[in-house]
Amino acid sequence: MLNYFVTRLFRAVLTILLVMTFAFVVLRLSGDPASILLGPDAPTDSIAAFRARWGLDDPLWKQYLAYLKSIAQLDFGVSMRDRSPAIDLVLERVPATLALTVPTLLIQLGVGIPAGVYAALHRESVADRGVIMLSIFGFTIPSFVMGLVLVLVFAVTLGWLPSGGQDSWQHAILPIATMSVGGIGILARFSRSAMIEVMGQPYIRTAMAKGLSWRDVVWKHALPNASVPIVTIVGFMVGSLIAGAVVVESIFSWPGIGRLLIVSVSNRDLAVVQCLLLVIASAMVIANLCVDFAYGLLDPRLRAKAAAH
Amino acid sequence: MTAQATNITAAPSLVRRLRIRVPLLVAFGLAWLGLMVFTAVFADLIRPYDVTQMDLSARLVGPLSPGHLLGTDELGRDVLSRLIQSIRVSLAIAFGATLLSAFFGTTLGFLAAQFRGVVEHLILVLADFQAALPFLILSLAVLAFFGSSMVLLVGLMGFYGWERYARISRGLAISAGAQGYASAVVQLGAKPSRVYLRHILPNVASTLIVSMTLTFPEIILMESGLSFLGLGVQPPESSLGNMVGFGREYLTRAPWIMLGPAFVIMMTTLSISLVGDWLRDKLDPTIR
Amino acid sequence: MTALLQARGLVRCYAGQKSLFTKPSLVRAVDGVDLTLNPGETLGIVGESGSGKSTLGRMLLGIDAPTEGQVLFDGQPMPALHSAPWRALRAQMQFVYQDPLAALDRRLTIARQIGEPLEIHGLATGAELAERVAELMAQVGLRQDQGARYPHELSGGQRQRVIIARALATSPRLLVCDEPVSALDVSIQAQVVNLLRDLQERHGIAMVFISHDLKVVRNICDRVAVMYLGRIVEEASSDQIFAQPEHPYTQALVSSVPVPGKRLQGRILLKGEPPNPAQRPAGCAFHPRCAAALQICAQSVPPLQPTAPARRAACHLLDASHAGQAA
Repeated sequence: MLNYFVTRLFRAVLTILLVMTFAFVVLRLSGDPASILLGPDAPTDSIAAFRARWGLDDPLWKQYLAYLKSIAQLDFGVSMRDRSPAIDLVLERVPATLALTVPTLLIQLGVGIPAGVYAALHRESVADRGVIMLSIFGFTIPSFVMGLVLVLVFAVTLGWLPSGGQDSWQHAILPIATMSVGGIGILARFSRSAMIEVMGQPYIRTAMAKGLSWRDVVWKHALPNASVPIVTIVGFMVGSLIAGAVVVESIFSWPGIGRLLIVSVSNRDLAVVQCLLLVIASAMVIANLCVDFAYGLLDPRLRAKAAAH
Repeated sequence: MTAQATNITAAPSLVRRLRIRVPLLVAFGLAWLGLMVFTAVFADLIRPYDVTQMDLSARLVGPLSPGHLLGTDELGRDVLSRLIQSIRVSLAIAFGATLLSAFFGTTLGFLAAQFRGVVEHLILVLADFQAALPFLILSLAVLAFFGSSMVLLVGLMGFYGWERYARISRGLAISAGAQGYASAVVQLGAKPSRVYLRHILPNVASTLIVSMTLTFPEIILMESGLSFLGLGVQPPESSLGNMVGFGREYLTRAPWIMLGPAFVIMMTTLSISLVGDWLRDKLDPTIR
Repeated sequence: MTALLQARGLVRCYAGQKSLFTKPSLVRAVDGVDLTLNPGETLGIVGESGSGKSTLGRMLLGIDAPTEGQVLFDGQPMPALHSAPWRALRAQMQFVYQDPLAALDRRLTIARQIGEPLEIHGLATGAELAERVAELMAQVGLRQDQGARYPHELSGGQRQRVIIARALATSPRLLVCDEPVSALDVSIQAQVVNLLRDLQERHGIAMVFISHDLKVVRNICDRVAVMYLGRIVEEASSDQIFAQPEHPYTQALVSSVPVPGKRLQGRILLKGEPPNPAQRPAGCAFHPRCAAALQICAQSVPPLQPTAPARRAACHLLDASHAGQAA
């Protein structure tokens, strides 16, 4: 098992390194990093200082090492717009994004999984068909359409909720609702199929045949086994959550990192984009790592492997 | 790796239950897709107005008004005409990108199966990299660095979902090569090109086509998302996503500008999901 | 007469259980095999599953590279695996599979597949190709209309006929058959074996026939080699081996073959575990199961040595210097 964790950890580090390299290569390909990171109208002496500090006249491999070193010191360059360090701009936006994504994830898990499991245990019922219908809808409606329709209904027509901004907790309701829908659909669908697959296994039939109560069969045999594929899907969902935040923050003018990304991309504020890229990639890698570890702990086959060593 | 593949491809087949009750849904999906393809191909002929033709005297006219079935936008341009053109652009991008990603992924998968070892590890690292960045974020970053253009957009979208094809084609090629017909043909003296193109590719084609029906709607959503954010298809060209994006500003006064394309996006992704699911059962029972 | 196929000291190792903390253990599936096959001759290779007979067959055919040792075809060493000369040589040597359905492409008609070796090696095209395919199908007893069928539309026996026709397409000089009938119904087995024998005699093809089934081997082979845990323990002409088996393992195998009209008598039942190549016993690999084992059998490996003209066996009991101890 140690082996498994070490491999995962190694791959995670490698991936982050790869993302950094990607950012480095793309940055060099797109032009002179001095004028890009400092802006076209930066004074010549600060450009010269920048070139000297980043060693832009050195061979590429040296530049690469210097680049890695500055990133290790959390130095991502300065924003073109207000000359403040990119990392500060990004970090001050993180809480706002978490305020949307964390409740969203909790709602997705709290609604999606029970709905899927319920549907699987009551196949062919009205509830089952309803869950299927809703999950298809969740999958096919793009989040920007969902968001706009919610604004149209609840903010414009009914006037119950604000349509944008971040002044009170009511402002968070529509964005969270918009982001939750798709994930609930995906989770419900996966939990349902994972559960159905598990319920068809011979050991479940055995458990029922030996007279275990329905409740025990579901809680002690079916759910633990179905949890393994579901956990894998949660890893994928963290990614779609971040992507969803970009769209939703943009619709609801929510000042999180998603909106910062859109603004920075439109202004070609590359120091900030690069910093965001690395922060998001790190968050994703850490989330995937957690999923992998949870997976390792949940799957007895991996545990057994560890014991064999 | 393969266990994951079956999990991911298994999920949408839940629609199956629904379909047995209402096989009409698939027929409906096919009809809708037919209509979309027809619209895309004959866009120039069926479009009532030119896309950029403005009529400032008839701005923000509501739907079902004479001469403008779906109304007009803030510059008095006919929404229906723009919708027809957008369907063409969005479908063309999604179609091109789907083919590109299928080609790219399948090639990598076959290379991994043929050479194993280092090549396989490289492809795994590449897949890890892609998994570490949500595709939307990756696309935004690339567009930020290089600016948006149609070619870049299709090329970028062509990287979406390649790992799915790579995983499938690698797995199937390895299993065919280990014991089965592929190793038999190698033993007859065939070159690898013949083994892969004449034997393995036709055998995995149906599975790959089914995977395309999974990727296609996702690419449509991705492109429309980027265009909605103003970073995909650029004016004067229009796509479904960018119509919704611009329509958003007139959400209160003229919701029809945005509702039409939003409806088309939904119906198209829904139809492809339904039809793809049905195809999966028809063509390839092994994928589940 | 020069030998068509010569194997010298063939060894094939597979990596066993592997992990980060332990060294991978090497399993010697084939462990030092010497063999000679003359043109037009039929050699049977017999052994239990796990004896390494299939691995040996694949090395003789050159589709698996030996870990040690060498295979000479026509006096020339086998070219590097998957190289152009290796591919060209495939026209001379062909393989008949245990599972014909798995060896056929389910998306091509059988006529296309029978003609494929001719296409690959550029031996025939167009009308000539069609003619040759028709001829091959007639030879193996397939109807012409079956050429348009797909593999899953045929029976097991018919599929094996397709494989044989495909193998014969390039008029090879060597045919390696790996358990060609064990997946077939008993009633079909004899037909396919007879077909193979007829074709072998008519075309003078040299054949290596691998099987766990002595009855089948006896029916078709000139010479038989018996394998146990990766080594040949006895090799003799087919008649000799059935009339007078020398090695205790061969004796046990032969005693279990029923003879029509007779009750099975003096059947030797092997005791102990079936052989596992990952845990090879010291000395003679067969000694834990051998009723006549001596002390020396647990200590040293008996060499394969001539016991009579054209006859070899590897057993300490046959060695005159130890024979006294047996009594």
